[in-house]
Amino acid sequence: MVSCWLAAPALAQEPKTGGVINAVIQPEPPGLMLAQVQNGPTQMVSGNIFEGLLRYSPKLDPLPELAESWSVSEDAKTYTFKLKKGVTWHDGKPFTAADVLFSIEMLKQTHARARTNLAQVDKVETPDQHTVVFTLKQPFGPFLGIFEVGSMPMVPKHLYDGTDWKTNPYNNAPIGTGPFMFKEWQKGSFIRLVKNPNYHEKGKPYLDEIYWQIIPDAAARSVAYETGKVDVLPGGSVENFDVPRLSKLKDTCVTGAGWEFFSPLAWLWLNNRQGPLADKRVRQAIMYAIDRDFAKDVIWNGLGKVATGPSASTIKFYTDDVKKYPYDPAKAKALLKEAGYKGEKIRMQPLAYGETWQRWGEAVKQNLQDAGMTIETIATDVAGGNQKIAEWDYDIAFTYLYQYGDPALGVGRNYISSNIAKGQVFNNVEGYSNPEIDKLFAEGAVATPDSKRKEIYEKAQKILVEDVPVAWMLELQFPTIMRCKVKNLITTGIGVNDGFKDAWLDK
Amino acid sequence: MKQFWKSMLKSPSGVIGLVILLLAISVALFGPMLFPNSPWRMVQRPFLPPFTLSTVPLGTDALGRDVFAGMIFGARVSLLVGLVSTLVALIVGMPIGAMAGYFGGKVDDALMRFTEFFQTIPSFALAIVLVAILQPSIYSIVASIAIVSWPPVARLVRGEVLSLRTREYVQAAVVTGQSNSWIILREILPNALSPVIVLASLMVATAILLESSLSFLGLGDPNLISWGYMVGAGRTVIRQAWWITVFPGVAILISVLGLNLIGEGLNDALNPRLSREGR
Repeated sequence: MVSCWLAAPALAQEPKTGGVINAVIQPEPPGLMLAQVQNGPTQMVSGNIFEGLLRYSPKLDPLPELAESWSVSEDAKTYTFKLKKGVTWHDGKPFTAADVLFSIEMLKQTHARARTNLAQVDKVETPDQHTVVFTLKQPFGPFLGIFEVGSMPMVPKHLYDGTDWKTNPYNNAPIGTGPFMFKEWQKGSFIRLVKNPNYHEKGKPYLDEIYWQIIPDAAARSVAYETGKVDVLPGGSVENFDVPRLSKLKDTCVTGAGWEFFSPLAWLWLNNRQGPLADKRVRQAIMYAIDRDFAKDVIWNGLGKVATGPSASTIKFYTDDVKKYPYDPAKAKALLKEAGYKGEKIRMQPLAYGETWQRWGEAVKQNLQDAGMTIETIATDVAGGNQKIAEWDYDIAFTYLYQYGDPALGVGRNYISSNIAKGQVFNNVEGYSNPEIDKLFAEGAVATPDSKRKEIYEKAQKILVEDVPVAWMLELQFPTIMRCKVKNLITTGIGVNDGFKDAWLDK
Repeated sequence: MKQFWKSMLKSPSGVIGLVILLLAISVALFGPMLFPNSPWRMVQRPFLPPFTLSTVPLGTDALGRDVFAGMIFGARVSLLVGLVSTLVALIVGMPIGAMAGYFGGKVDDALMRFTEFFQTIPSFALAIVLVAILQPSIYSIVASIAIVSWPPVARLVRGEVLSLRTREYVQAAVVTGQSNSWIILREILPNALSPVIVLASLMVATAILLESSLSFLGLGDPNLISWGYMVGAGRTVIRQAWWITVFPGVAILISVLGLNLIGEGLNDALNPRLSREGR
């Protein structure tokens, strides 16, 4: 086999400077202002323009970025960050603690996840220009995990303070502190980033330019790689059935790494409020009715893993000691009968993210119909689909969400009743409400030590898997395909999203 | 009528077209009875090549669904959409054209400017926009195809009526005090019908193509299988599995060809003066 898995030997070589990389970005991001837009493609492009206080290793250990060191007080309530000196924004102005303070204020209003992450923060102080002190209301176990660039990007105070953030002209030409600077964006064609010559880590970045090529058609993206127009296909940018073929091409390297921080988990939203799905037995029947191994092997070409519950196996405090739902149509039928389901029509909304998701919707529909359910597929575009889910106007809807390494950051938000808020997607849109779960997630976030947290989260997983508030499908795996001459692109837990800082071309 | 069939059967293209159409209609009507399995059911391993298993003669698609079953059920949707949307387009276009041609003057101006308004927009682009706005379903697809295809009907009928209304028998009807609607319906339209029938047969073909193109782009009814959907879904794997796209593609080709041949045959039969022999 010509393809190789990226491994340590690459590190042994001395990085070479210079060169241009063409990467695919799919779909075209709606905007690049990371503090306001958090779509996957935005994070992928802008994570190389902006920076956070910390980076994370593939094992999710914090690494220095804009903060060069940090310390935690004895009572685990005070976190002190020392900022790196001599860091400048792309326009030459210095980066200081005031920018951190301003970024936090802005993110609390524009970034739903940052708001939740910062909920435990009592106050933020800046004793001097290069020190930031967070004081928490109570100990918060995952606190050091919230400083990743997509979760808490630093924005320039001098360009945003006192302006209307939504219409600020710098949203279209973002200014960050990162290794690459925004240069131009030809809508529908490409986004061009150029090297930041004044980057605060001497010698980096190694590359001169990055072109993010926008190619709307999946087959055309594969062809673009084959013909050499692009060098990097980030996870999810080609159809799964093309992955084995492209992997076998000459000088092609494939890796599944670089998604540890996100651990994407796919599930079906089940509207717990109304109709047959309000009955737990019907929801359990759905779990039994769907052949998830088929989905993994056929639709995802063997990539990924069948999910056991609300946590992906890659994040903290995961347990597989929960109720199991193997593919069992007979059991599904029995449960439906027991629940008194009489063939009421149930709407199902696939995810409009392309072929794979469309096929998956068709397969799940067939599985459910075989179990005796009446399913009507509702076709939507991405925005329309999100809107229907946010307005609770659905019965079953496909989705996948990131887990951010810790159940307090990426799991609880979808099941606690305080997160039932009409008009927003990605919260508790299924309308599941269980006081015990609310209590467990509230306790789990602040409990110490970790063994106590583990106990709490394992209990929560057991209860949720029994109740089936949503139907968990697969832990997704998005392989990154690239030419072997691209070195060191994936070194962190968020992979390509902040990887171009270290990447170099072996010409 | 007898005369019509006689000349229709004399033209070879008309006969071939009729045979194809009858075949397609009988597949659409009776096929699902012979193959009661849903075309969405995953019956075999994915990407099974054709002619390897007798249970799935044309192979399976990316999910292991029977391509042959898809072809049969797809015939139903494609023909239904073609016929119904043409019918709707005729129902809309004929009265507009007839009134414009008969009354002339300001009525004519108003109706024809309205028609031109639709004709200036590229029909396929308009159909895409309409389906996207209305959400893809069999109803929105029929409606949008009808909306983009009625203007030619209106213009054709108007032209025919314009020439017919100066004929003596029409003037005689006017003189005897017949009502306008009686004259249009009983005296003019029956005589204007033959070119409309020819046009209609070609419109069915166009409608089938339009539906296929919409489904190809993913704007088909997600609950119904159609030939265009099959081509669109198989397109991305054409290098691994040609049969998923080729068979439904051929089905579209043959049925559209058949309808065009019928149109030609009808033209020969209904306009004897223009028929090939005279040329």
